[in-house]
Amino acid sequence: MGNNNVLEGIEEKIDYTVAKKPVTLRSIIWKRFKKNKLALVGLILISILVIVAIFANFIAPYPATTVDYANKKLPPSKEHILGTDELGCDVLSRLIYGARISLSIGLVAVCLYVSIGILIGAISGFFGGWIDAILMRFTDVIISFPWLVLVILVAAILGPSIYNVMLIIGLTGWSTVARLVRGEFLKLKEMEYTLAARGLGANNFRIIFTHLLPNAFAPVLVAATMGVADAIIIEAALSFLGLGVVFPDTSWGQMMHAAQSLTVLSRMPWLWLPPGILISIAVLCINFIGDGLRDALDPKLIR
Amino acid sequence: MIIGNDEIIKIKGLKTYFHTDDGVVKAVDGVDFDIRKGETMGLVGESACGKTVTSFSIMRLVESPPGKIEEGEVLYKGENLLKISQEKMRKVRGNEISMIFQEPMTSLNPVFTIGKQLSEVLILHQNMTEKEALDKSEEMIKLVGIPRPREILKGYPHELSGGMRQRVMIAMALSCKPGLLIADEPTTALDVTIQAQILELIKGLQESIGMAVLFITHDLGVIAEVSDRVAVMYAGKIQESGTSEEIFIEHIHPYTEGLLKSIPMLNVRKKKLDVIEGSVPDPINFPPGCKFHPRCKYKIDKCEKEEPELLEIKPGHFVRCWVKQ
Amino acid sequence: MDNLIEVEDLVKYFPVRTGVFSRISAWVKAVDGITFNIKRGETLGLVGESGCGKTTTGRCIIRLIEPTSGKIMYNGEDLLTATTERLLKLRKEMQIIFQDPFASLNPRMNVGRIIGEGLAIQKKYSKSEIQDRVVDLLKKVGLEVDHIKRYPHEFSGGQRQRIGIARALAVNSKFIVCDEPVSALDVSIQSQILNLLDRLQEEFDLTYLFVAHDLSVVEHVSDRVAVMYLGKIVEITFRDELYENPIHPYTQALLSAVPVPDPRVKTKRIILKGDVPSPVNVPPGCNFHPRCMYRKDICTKDIPELRDISEGHIVACHFAGEL
Repeated sequence: MGNNNVLEGIEEKIDYTVAKKPVTLRSIIWKRFKKNKLALVGLILISILVIVAIFANFIAPYPATTVDYANKKLPPSKEHILGTDELGCDVLSRLIYGARISLSIGLVAVCLYVSIGILIGAISGFFGGWIDAILMRFTDVIISFPWLVLVILVAAILGPSIYNVMLIIGLTGWSTVARLVRGEFLKLKEMEYTLAARGLGANNFRIIFTHLLPNAFAPVLVAATMGVADAIIIEAALSFLGLGVVFPDTSWGQMMHAAQSLTVLSRMPWLWLPPGILISIAVLCINFIGDGLRDALDPKLIR
Repeated sequence: MIIGNDEIIKIKGLKTYFHTDDGVVKAVDGVDFDIRKGETMGLVGESACGKTVTSFSIMRLVESPPGKIEEGEVLYKGENLLKISQEKMRKVRGNEISMIFQEPMTSLNPVFTIGKQLSEVLILHQNMTEKEALDKSEEMIKLVGIPRPREILKGYPHELSGGMRQRVMIAMALSCKPGLLIADEPTTALDVTIQAQILELIKGLQESIGMAVLFITHDLGVIAEVSDRVAVMYAGKIQESGTSEEIFIEHIHPYTEGLLKSIPMLNVRKKKLDVIEGSVPDPINFPPGCKFHPRCKYKIDKCEKEEPELLEIKPGHFVRCWVKQ
Repeated sequence: MDNLIEVEDLVKYFPVRTGVFSRISAWVKAVDGITFNIKRGETLGLVGESGCGKTTTGRCIIRLIEPTSGKIMYNGEDLLTATTERLLKLRKEMQIIFQDPFASLNPRMNVGRIIGEGLAIQKKYSKSEIQDRVVDLLKKVGLEVDHIKRYPHEFSGGQRQRIGIARALAVNSKFIVCDEPVSALDVSIQSQILNLLDRLQEEFDLTYLFVAHDLSVVEHVSDRVAVMYLGKIVEITFRDELYENPIHPYTQALLSAVPVPDPRVKTKRIILKGDVPSPVNVPPGCNFHPRCMYRKDICTKDIPELRDISEGHIVACHFAGEL
């Protein structure tokens, strides 16, 4: 039995196990996301809405706040494709400009509460013990608080405005994220790579920011995405009630405020149907994206 | 202990592929072997060699999609299991061919009592009443060496240790006295002293029932201990098969040789272990020609281009290799 | 040869909390008072079945877990009373390699960052210095240099273990706890990693605590071997002596249970009755007595001490040497 060449056992000349080009996690996730057709459609539609919102100046036929009492409450026509509202403003233009606030409120509010949620969840999960107990009880209190009462109170005291809406959503929505992050941290704290980092002398700061947070992010991203959809609906509801965005600011919810009147509701569908439809589309698309993200990020499939 | 030369199951040309988005995984790519009545056939190989998929294919438990048994025959007592109806196949599973798995923690349903799970098999296949099934279950529990059978029957899986659960699994698998038991890594998750107990148990029961066993594992020591004949799998194909002695002592195929030379053995002192370079190939991206050639010490040009057939170089001893045939 | 590690009466109990107020209802006696040494440059094999406390022991020695009580001396220094500063310095010398190649590497860090993290933490080296060292280590453990920018998920189990080994070496460690380093790897890869560990030990003059349940692997790598059962060491001696002349009944049963990959060898099996008791409910006296076929009355009452039976063969059994 010739060549018993016991090499040092390390040369891997033809390696069928490592791909020729680096395959990043991001590319794997994107590939999996793309396979979900609904999610892809959702992404495209939302992108269109966002582009419309950004370039509203160039797309909208009229400025959003041109009051024209002579031409109020007109049904769709050649000059006003979607008609005019009770102040004579062009509905289509308001729709286009309205996208800005409707979409961005969601984003800002979610950013706010994701930050708070991560902070609280991370501290809770990382330190455990009585810190965890106190923070979680606090979270429970926030969740059980009658949210609508709070909103009305704030609107009554501070007056309705965009910023108040963002603030309210931002300051109350963090509980889900906090719990998610806490759960992830509890699990990740015990992972062997975390232990290895400790063994190498890593301090708490490094452990949290290098090892725990990046790996806890996936479920947070999904929750945040769904959160934007929720925020859009909340803004719409608040503005519809007159507690959120008010004229001259434009949002889809604010446009639906007019539908409080029975006459508008039954006889002037062009005033409330378009914003209603757009809200539904936006929320649906974001939900599809969220679902797609959740599946694409599933850790069981990334090995 | 082989009872005569009758085959109880014969697998011919079995091919099971998984159609994934990244490509076709040829998990089982042409497997032939047979098992005789009462014998223990050891199927040995490392991860991704196809041994578990082979056992699932025999039981027709392959998840499809994405898996599909592309071709082949599984002749059990003469009948091709791949062609019979789903209903007939259900009558075979647990009754004629039983299977025990690796993870005793997850193979038992946590919300049902042990008694219920054991009786279920009997009620289903043997048409017993609940009382009859429970009595028979108690018998089986005693047979597999679990103390206080009546109490155990009323208990739940989480109350038992790994070794105990594996015994319950064995009791379930053997309650209908199957002709073939497929044991897929049954002791891998167990401690070595418990493993010894379980192997003893399986051997004893096998002799008393007279059943055949297909014993699947990556542990060469266990294979040597339990098997009459052995088949070595690599990259979805059988590379060498023969009697236990032929495989362990003659080890003709380079992979078999490499494996046996590279594992540390009790009471055999070596300064350095021999090594098989490289790693197990990705099943989506198999090398051309002989699947083992990138790691083979003996390879010649032909190995990179053409895949060798499984040839009988001595009666009963098959090898798939250009160099060694 | 002097002792690099001296462990005296190491104890680690984990609390079991039940009830609404998380009262402590019981203790998991993972490590129940063990004493042993590891000499400079040697490999001490620590072997035992699940629940025996070997992994916990390994982690306690390098203070990855805080022991409940006991004394651990590293190179003559008391590890448990060391200041945080001193501990940080000592951490560099003691590292660990884990069992699970999939959980031991941060999936979000590339190979270069993983291996270089230990050096980056010390803040003493420039980026290029760290890079050079990482490249050097990659070569030493048998990986390609261009793997430095890749991520763990692109590698096989064996390759990931190599990365883990490189990480442990990066900080110039002298003592490495190898916690089941090959158990999760394919058989044909195990020998690669074992040979690598052997080579590195020679090249860098390392001391290993090799924790494993596979007795054949432990036999291959160790100079001396300690056998653990239910939180206690039942036997320690030189490798050859242990495998040729096991004295403790548990060791005898353990060795006889190992299946040998040679069908001609028919081992006389000592089959132990029953299961391993839970570390929450340790039997009184000798913790092995419920399963021991030689048990006498004294075994149920008195805990046997570790005694030197003959020239470094240490056993904890009332009847050691007489069986």
